[in-house]
Amino acid sequence: MIKLVTAIIKPQMLDSVKNGLQGLGVLGLTVTEVKGFGRQGGHTETYRGAEYTVDLIPKLRIEVICDIDVVDKVMECIRSTAHTGKIGDGKVWVVDLERLLRIRTGEMGPDAI
Amino acid sequence: MKRRLALASAAGLGLALMTAAPAMAQEAETTAADVQVNLDNVFVLVSAVLVIFMQAGFALLEAGLTRAKSVANIMMKNLMDFCAGALAFFAIGYAIAFGSGNDFFGWKGWFLGDGAFNYGTLTVPVTFIFQVAFAATAATIVSGAMAERTKFKAYFVYSMVISGLIYPVVVHWNWGGGWLSQLDTPYIDFAGSSIVHMVGGIAGLMGAIALGPRIGKYAANGKPRGIPGHSIPFAVLGAFILLVGWYGFNPGSELAADGAIGGIALTTTLAAVAGALTSMLTMWWFVGGKPDVAMTTNGLLAGLVAITAGCAAVSSVGAVAIGGLAGVVVVGAVLFFDRVRVDDPVGAISVHGVCGAFGTLAVGLFATDGGLLYGGGAALLLTQLIGVTAIGAFVAVTAGILFALLKGTIGLRVSEEEELAGLDVMEHGTPGYAPDLGPGQSPTPVGAPVSPVMA
Repeated sequence: MIKLVTAIIKPQMLDSVKNGLQGLGVLGLTVTEVKGFGRQGGHTETYRGAEYTVDLIPKLRIEVICDIDVVDKVMECIRSTAHTGKIGDGKVWVVDLERLLRIRTGEMGPDAI
Repeated sequence: MKRRLALASAAGLGLALMTAAPAMAQEAETTAADVQVNLDNVFVLVSAVLVIFMQAGFALLEAGLTRAKSVANIMMKNLMDFCAGALAFFAIGYAIAFGSGNDFFGWKGWFLGDGAFNYGTLTVPVTFIFQVAFAATAATIVSGAMAERTKFKAYFVYSMVISGLIYPVVVHWNWGGGWLSQLDTPYIDFAGSSIVHMVGGIAGLMGAIALGPRIGKYAANGKPRGIPGHSIPFAVLGAFILLVGWYGFNPGSELAADGAIGGIALTTTLAAVAGALTSMLTMWWFVGGKPDVAMTTNGLLAGLVAITAGCAAVSSVGAVAIGGLAGVVVVGAVLFFDRVRVDDPVGAISVHGVCGAFGTLAVGLFATDGGLLYGGGAALLLTQLIGVTAIGAFVAVTAGILFALLKGTIGLRVSEEEELAGLDVMEHGTPGYAPDLGPGQSPTPVGAPVSPVMA
């Protein structure tokens, strides 16, 4: 069974998460710059004495494809490496992947991870 | 119109006086010497403006060579080290640097009051504006070396102290008539390779050591990692502006509009271009295999810094040699400081500190009058060595104490969280590059309305 692990993290935690996952033997990940809000609901910045709200805060979405055997380890690794304990640390979720194909070789399923 | 009338009546009055008292009229006649005095004042004031324009060059260079997330912070540091530094120099710095006193510091002309110094026939304001531009140059060099991790509050205090105390004392030693200018073979630092640039570079070195490297500068195995700046166009434009400003820095230091300024501009140009060329070739052939843009930019500045001491004392060929050697020295210095874990994001320590020292020593070799290579013996080289060592040691100790005090009191470095997020929002409230407010980001009613589309 192949899983897709998706995490939303603080941009500055990327290095630590990436190093953690590499240490775990994860062979690849995809990073996308995203914006969004959660319980924090944005924050206030000030410009020349006037306040303004940034509702959608820049975050990174990282996606890792892995086998079901290691999915718990991957989740725990992201949790511990992206953790600051402050609001806005993000979330991790996992979905089943129906099919997987490596474009270069044509390998299918777990071989393509 | 009013003015023309006033002129006409003044001319009329002058005519009347001339007919009435020819002797008096002769006294009012403008002599060639008067014209020369005015010319000198105009030239030095224009030079001062060019040197102040270098602040724009430093701001762009440092912004370009660092990351976007702290760009507002580095711009603010450049803005404030000029403003706070200029006030400190006005209040006490100028008196310490140029006021009459002992061989080590001056003691006259506080707030440009009684006893304020003026050079020859230059007026006090012209002399001061020219010198405050130099003080600001020494101060602003440090912001790059301490970029991306320094508390703004601490940097603000630092810029007052260097412009008000540390830099003026060094200036007094030589340009203020102090002990360096009284050695048997007088010290030669024409426009400030050591007095201005090395002072900034050494202060930057002490600051960078006190701070420690940026998070992520060194890999787990200790190898230095490149952290690319966010805008090479900014950096190169900044370097070009600095080059232009240097035509005020060096020729202006002649302090007169005379026949020497062209030759000084020539040596300045040749050293700059030679420095850029040799740094590029060093990178291309020996280090990275490619002509590195950021390092070549540093090479141009290294050539300029190095020729600043000897720009009036060396030949054209000597200038090419000094600039060319500085271009090689700067590459070695950047690599060296990276290796010994002194994180200098823009290379200020190498460009200004190392090449400032190198350029000052090189005068002892290349000066056409008294240089070792021109049969002048080692006396001048020895003097230069004494000066560089004394200035370097003085700044290292005083700046070291200053940064240690700041570290122990208000703190020198921002929190890890702030450094990772970038300094802009937490230090100053807004990012340097704020995203345009769009439909997804509503402005609060607290400030002014942002856009009618949003309503």
